[in-house]
Amino acid sequence: MTEPALYILLAPLAAFAVMIFFGKKLPRGGDWVSLFAIWSGLAVSLYLLAQVLFAYDPDFCETRSIEWLVWGDFRLAAGMLIDNMTVVMLVVVTLVSAVVHLYSVGYMRGDPRYTLFFAYLSFFSFSMLGLVLAENLILIYAFWELVGLSSYLLIGFWYEKDSAANAGKKAFITNRVGDAGMLIGILLVLSSLGTVSLHGIADGVAAGKLGGGLLTAVGICLFMGAVGKSAQFPLHVWLPDAMEGPTPVSALIHAATMVAAGVYLVARLFVILSFDASVVIAYVGGFTALFAATIAVAQNDIKRVLAYSTLSQLGYMVMALGAGAYTAGFFHLVTHAMFKACLFLGSGSVIHAMHHALQHTGSHADAQDLRNMGGLRRKMPLTFWTFLISTLALCGVPLMSGFLSKDSILAGTLAFASEHPAHWLLPVFGFAAAALTAFYMFRLVYLAFSGTFRMGADAERHLHESPSVMIVPLVILSTLCFFGFYTLPAFNPTTPEGGWFAHLLPTPARAYGVAHYAADLSHETVVPGEAFEQVAPHAEHSAHGSHAIHTIAMMISIFVAGLGILIASMGYYWNRISPALWQRRLGFVYRGMYRKWWIDEIYDVTVVWGTLGFTRVLTWFDLRVIDGLVDGSAWLTRQWSRLSGWFDLRGVDGFVNFTAWFVGIWGRFVRLFQGGQLQRYILYTLAGVGLVLILSVLQ
Amino acid sequence: MNSLLVYLTISIVLFVLGLLAMMTRKNAVSVLMGIELILNSAGLNFVAFSRFSTGNLNGQTAAVFVIIVAAAEAAVALAIFLNLYRLKATAEVDQADELRG
Repeated sequence: MTEPALYILLAPLAAFAVMIFFGKKLPRGGDWVSLFAIWSGLAVSLYLLAQVLFAYDPDFCETRSIEWLVWGDFRLAAGMLIDNMTVVMLVVVTLVSAVVHLYSVGYMRGDPRYTLFFAYLSFFSFSMLGLVLAENLILIYAFWELVGLSSYLLIGFWYEKDSAANAGKKAFITNRVGDAGMLIGILLVLSSLGTVSLHGIADGVAAGKLGGGLLTAVGICLFMGAVGKSAQFPLHVWLPDAMEGPTPVSALIHAATMVAAGVYLVARLFVILSFDASVVIAYVGGFTALFAATIAVAQNDIKRVLAYSTLSQLGYMVMALGAGAYTAGFFHLVTHAMFKACLFLGSGSVIHAMHHALQHTGSHADAQDLRNMGGLRRKMPLTFWTFLISTLALCGVPLMSGFLSKDSILAGTLAFASEHPAHWLLPVFGFAAAALTAFYMFRLVYLAFSGTFRMGADAERHLHESPSVMIVPLVILSTLCFFGFYTLPAFNPTTPEGGWFAHLLPTPARAYGVAHYAADLSHETVVPGEAFEQVAPHAEHSAHGSHAIHTIAMMISIFVAGLGILIASMGYYWNRISPALWQRRLGFVYRGMYRKWWIDEIYDVTVVWGTLGFTRVLTWFDLRVIDGLVDGSAWLTRQWSRLSGWFDLRGVDGFVNFTAWFVGIWGRFVRLFQGGQLQRYILYTLAGVGLVLILSVLQ
Repeated sequence: MNSLLVYLTISIVLFVLGLLAMMTRKNAVSVLMGIELILNSAGLNFVAFSRFSTGNLNGQTAAVFVIIVAAAEAAVALAIFLNLYRLKATAEVDQADELRG
């Protein structure tokens, strides 16, 4: 199975290379190259999925690697790991990517950088698929960064807009914070186990080479990477801003696939997460789920509502994984990818139409503002129906895929809380977020699609349904929002149990053994032999218990979703409740939700101003101390050279000149004797001889 | 009277006369003649010392050399004088002061 997987991985890369170098020379800007690469990748992925389904083996796993780097004893392999999770992820990524490619043909038509857009999309697909296929943490990290890079390129795709360029930078820098933690985690694993391969790590932990506090630290450090990439609190700030990118990008990267990479990583590391790390992860996810949902309630930009909804749903997945509901968390990743991509593409369709209409009337109103829409149902029926179906799925209405996955997450957290009553807050987060989700999504649907159009009849005449190349993806994705696709062969609309998904991706056993986990759970030291015996009946018991809990969770879940939908309908459809009045009544709370709980402002004051202040201190230090030192040494050198110059002029030159002067004077004197007349020389000689004679006589 | 002393006295007289001639005469030829006197006084000294002291012929040989050198020197000097005359139209030595410092 590795050869087809290699094709899936390399086809988008080849498409990227072709597009970058020859794209503009190809007919239609070369979009068909990218489309072919990803659709053929989808076909191969579906073939792999079919194989996995026929095998129907929860333990299916295939690896293939080549030696990449050798540093002394350490050998790093570049390899692929293909198991059920990989195959499911391959299908999700290629499917969403493929429909987004198709959609972009319509959405990006006429853009001056049409070809480049498709090249980037292909590059993103390559990075994401590599991340999914990678077999060791270092390879995952490499693709992780490539994904971050393509995300940066696509957020800032319309870099002429300052806001888009800044959003790209913000995403990149915020992710860097999380990635630093992840790198530390990888290095911790490497230093303690000497391997980074996923199976090697699990084996190492199982052998007890890594445990205790260090294992918790590893789990939390690696989770930091997921916090950045999956936009969990407190590193969530980049995701809403990333909506500055083109809408297909928002659908593909910032809703369905890339942001799921963090969840995917946590799921991959699930087996080695210690209890403490799991609890931290669960709380971060749960808090994010509720926190983001409250913000989504008060936003007016259609894409921002969806962005905060994405944050909230990612929080769900993370919470599920933290609470041990592995299958549920990963299941939600898959179902969420479908309906959130559909929602984003639907919002893109709406924005496309609004933009067109507003342009015709010469209005400069915001095409993304919900307050400018209304009554689009009649003008864009297909967009409306697909949007409504995926909204129902997101809200967790029965018979939809979202109901199955969200419900099992809530059941999982409820089960976790019933085992550990201290953590009762987790299901509360979950149910509260579920109610808010239903509320804000129906608010969005009512504001956009019901009532009357708010920008006047003139603009309304120019509203029209999007081209079919944009509608087909919506239809494909909304079809996949129904429960049936995920629960075959049991076809049970209430639970994923019995379906292929739950069968192929059961919750794996913790690598460090049931004994240690049980010890963690009870926070007591348990002798391993005893623990197995204790845990086994307990597990059976919890299976019965979980069924009861599941039913309770389902009831509450349906109730809160219905409540949210009801309140939204009263407020925005039947007009029984005045939203404006409640905005005033809620006062501070509403302002907080509207201003995103001032997180950006807080970061401005702490991180940004702090950095700027520190920069200023450093600048002062640079100007005064460093420059002062340099200037001082320059001044000293100049003074010294002045002194030595003076010495040179007066002392050295003086000496030389004096010598010359002295020689000159002497020469002038001696010259007197050089008359040139021989006879006088003889006289001198005679005088000299006479002198010698006299002297010798005197002695 | 010691006969060596006689020779030496004559030699001194010759030497002094030659020296005076060199120093005082303006005509180049006269100066040359003074030089010849000095050379001859030296030659006389050689012969006299040879005769009265050692008994070998070294002194005489030196005298013969002196005579030969004097002849060669006279030839060279006369050639110089001719050139001097051609250059300055005179044979007076105090006109030849080109080497003045």
